[in-house]
Amino acid sequence: MSVLRRTGYVLGLPVVLLVSWWFLSANSTDFFFPPLSRILESLREEWFGPRLTEDVWPSLYRLAAGYAVAIVVAVALGVLIGTSRIARGLLEPVLEFFRAIPPPVLVPIFILFFGLGDGMKILVIAFGCMWPILLNTVEGVRAVDSVLSDTGRVYGLSGWPRLRHLVLPSASPQIFAGLRQGLSVAIILMVISELFAADNGLGFAVVQAQRSFAVPETWAGMLMLGLLGFLLALLFRIVENRQLAWYHGLRRAQRSN
Amino acid sequence: MLDVRGIQKIYEGKGRTVEAVRDLTFSVGSGELVCIVGPSGSGKTTLLKIMSGLLQPTAGEVLVEGKRVDGPPPGMAVVFQEYGRSLFPWMTVRENVELPLKQKKLPAARRTELIDESLAAVGLAEAHGAYPWQLSGGMQQRVAIARAVAYEPQVLLMDEPFAAVDAQTRADLEDLIRDIWHRFQVTTLFVTHDIDEAVYLGQRVLILSSSPTVVRQDLAIDLPDARDQLTTRSSPRFAELRAQVYSQIHRPKEPAGEPASGAHPVAS
Ligand SMILES: Nc1ncnc2c1ncn2[C@@H]1O[C@H](COP(=O)(O)OP(=O)(O)O)[C@@H](O)[C@H]1O
Ligand SMILES: [Mg+2]
Repeated sequence: MSVLRRTGYVLGLPVVLLVSWWFLSANSTDFFFPPLSRILESLREEWFGPRLTEDVWPSLYRLAAGYAVAIVVAVALGVLIGTSRIARGLLEPVLEFFRAIPPPVLVPIFILFFGLGDGMKILVIAFGCMWPILLNTVEGVRAVDSVLSDTGRVYGLSGWPRLRHLVLPSASPQIFAGLRQGLSVAIILMVISELFAADNGLGFAVVQAQRSFAVPETWAGMLMLGLLGFLLALLFRIVENRQLAWYHGLRRAQRSN
Repeated sequence: MLDVRGIQKIYEGKGRTVEAVRDLTFSVGSGELVCIVGPSGSGKTTLLKIMSGLLQPTAGEVLVEGKRVDGPPPGMAVVFQEYGRSLFPWMTVRENVELPLKQKKLPAARRTELIDESLAAVGLAEAHGAYPWQLSGGMQQRVAIARAVAYEPQVLLMDEPFAAVDAQTRADLEDLIRDIWHRFQVTTLFVTHDIDEAVYLGQRVLILSSSPTVVRQDLAIDLPDARDQLTTRSSPRFAELRAQVYSQIHRPKEPAGEPASGAHPVAS
């Protein structure tokens, strides 16, 4: 019963919105506001048809690659900066500068160096979404509890085992906060990197549809992006809940005391 | 086994320096159970951190089996005052106990043996799979003790391990410490601000003055080795020893310069 009710709360508003949209637009003859039935038709035929492999898949691939590169670079740098005062002093001013550059303006420059291919787009995504991950990793690493750290030292934990068993797990709640922010930035940059110069991808396909006045396809592309973002957030939630189960349990235990 | 020589610690803060420990000298023999008692703020934690190599003294040195401590010595385990913060919350009880054993590169079979034995010794044979935050404070402190015992240390240091648990649990844990000490024959240094606890547990009690700290007295506890909460604590000798410790702690400070018994001037 309560599961039913929760599902009801979650699905209620989206269903109402969709149904209203459906009926309000049913008899629309406005060229720019086609009936929802037409949009959904195009979603099914185009986006879940040929475009799924031609556009959605390449976009997702670049998103995954860029995000992965960002995670590796940002966490590694974050651990370095968070643990070494020298690295912090050396790197922080430079990183502050790079961070201040809005990632979209890098597209023209990266095109000069890396051409129009996937490499350029992956780098734009990676460059843009690494900052929240980096900053949160630094914070998390610096906040390792002093008693826990002393315990580690007493029991001979140093080097890689210390990182693996103490520093990274301890920083993981913060790192995940950074990863979540990073993911939304990555999705935005995935689209943006395809707007300038591309021959496939979600962003490219939406802009192309709009330029060729294929209005239902444009609307459907927007729905597709929304759907994708929603599913990725859901996936992220699942992974996070698994990885941070201990943290949520700890917080709950602390609250009830 | 354990030699503390002329330890002084001055914390240098911004415009504020605190002499937490002035001059501490004492030694602990192999297999001894020694309690250190002193009022809170008298530098007990500071001393323990210096002995375990976590903190550099301003002057003096600590020797473990003749070797100068410079960083945590391999054969030493420490049970911290803040038990809630000294267990790894992302690891189960079992993994917490196992981690130091893995660092010692013990084979898996031996690790299992030590984990089972030590958790059984602290009465937590059933809690292997639990996470620390699922346990009560007293149980968490038991896990920390089991982890220290499983490590098979030559020296076991404990910093007010029972300060935050309720009276009944505390009595149980005190007996547990005596029991473990008997069973594993480990040299144990137990820090507390509780006079009764110090007298009940120790073979010797080192009485510290308040800060800046020196050793007031090194008192042998001549109670019978078999102790229990009821008879030991109500014996006349217990009351005498207790009174002696009490009067030492509350004795007004002597004029500066006169070293307390057992303490030597700092060798420069
Ligand atoms: N990191 C530190 N910086 C400055 N002062 C400190 C620090 N740690 C402890 N002290 C001071 O040293 C004195 C002794 O502290 P502590 O060793 O914790 O005593 P105890 O454990 O006996 O309560 C106290 O006055 C305390 O304020
Ligand atoms: Mg203390």
